[in-house]
Amino acid sequence: MAELIAKSPCAGLLPVSVGGLSLSEEDLGALTSLAPFSDQERGLSAALEAAHGMKLPAMGRSTGKAGNRAIWFGRDMALLAGPAPDPSLAEYAALTDQSDAWAVVRLDGEGAEDVLARLCPIDLRSKTFKRGHTARTELRHMMASVTRIGANSFQIMVFRSLAQTLAHDLKTAMEAVAARR
Amino acid sequence: MRITCPICGERDRREFTYRGAALPRPAEDAGLDAWHRYVNLRENPAGPLDELWYHEMGCGAWLKVRRNTATHEVLEVSLASEAGLGGAA
Repeated sequence: MAELIAKSPCAGLLPVSVGGLSLSEEDLGALTSLAPFSDQERGLSAALEAAHGMKLPAMGRSTGKAGNRAIWFGRDMALLAGPAPDPSLAEYAALTDQSDAWAVVRLDGEGAEDVLARLCPIDLRSKTFKRGHTARTELRHMMASVTRIGANSFQIMVFRSLAQTLAHDLKTAMEAVAARR
Repeated sequence: MRITCPICGERDRREFTYRGAALPRPAEDAGLDAWHRYVNLRENPAGPLDELWYHEMGCGAWLKVRRNTATHEVLEVSLASEAGLGGAA
C-alpha cells in the first residue's frame, strides 16, 4: 500500500515576509459548508451551538474562535472550519465537505488593510470591518472570503486552484505597500 | 456604477455579472406566443429597465435591479427570489 502524503494548497509558495508584513498558510482542519434547509436556520443554529459551541453566524459575521469557527459564506450558507461536523447538523442543513477545496492564508502585520485595499473593492478598515466580520468579495479577479481575525490580521480564502495567483497577488501588493513606507 | 446588494450592502459593479431583462416567467402551459415573448422579445428603452444581476463575487444572490440605461443610475434593488418573477420558489 502506497503511503500518500497530503500536499497543502500553498506548499512551496508560503510563508512570505515583506517589511513588517507576513503571509502564511493556515490549516483550518475540516471545512464543511452548511446550507440550511428552508426555514431551518434557527434549528441549525441551536444544533451548531449544542454540538460545537457557537451560533450560526449572521450575514457578514463569524462566530467561534481559532480552530473552531463558523464563517458566513454567502447567501444561506456558512462554513464550519475546524471540527468534523456533528451528524445532528444534517437534520437542518445540507453538509458538504470542502476540506481540500480552499486555499487559506493569513495576512499579518501593520498595513495589512493597505495591502487588501489594493486588491479588494470594499472598505476593510477597522472602523467598519471589525474583528469577527467577514465578507465575500473580489480579491483581484478571484472570488474570496475575507475575515478579520485580529487587529492587524486577516484570513483570506480562495479556491484551491487559485493558490499560486493568490500568493503572487498578495506578495506583489505587500511589496508595493512596503515600498511606500 | 455601484449596486446595493440587499445582503452585502453597497458593492462595486465588478462583483456582479449581468443576465438580461427581468421578465415574469409565463406558466408552463402558457401559449406559444407568451413563451416567444418571454424568450425572444425585449424592450430597449433609453431609461429605467428591470434587469437580473448575479452577485457572483459576493454572496451569490440573484438580484432584480432597476437601472436607468441612459445614466446607469441604479434606482431599485431587490432579491430576485422575492420579486415575483415566477419560476421555482
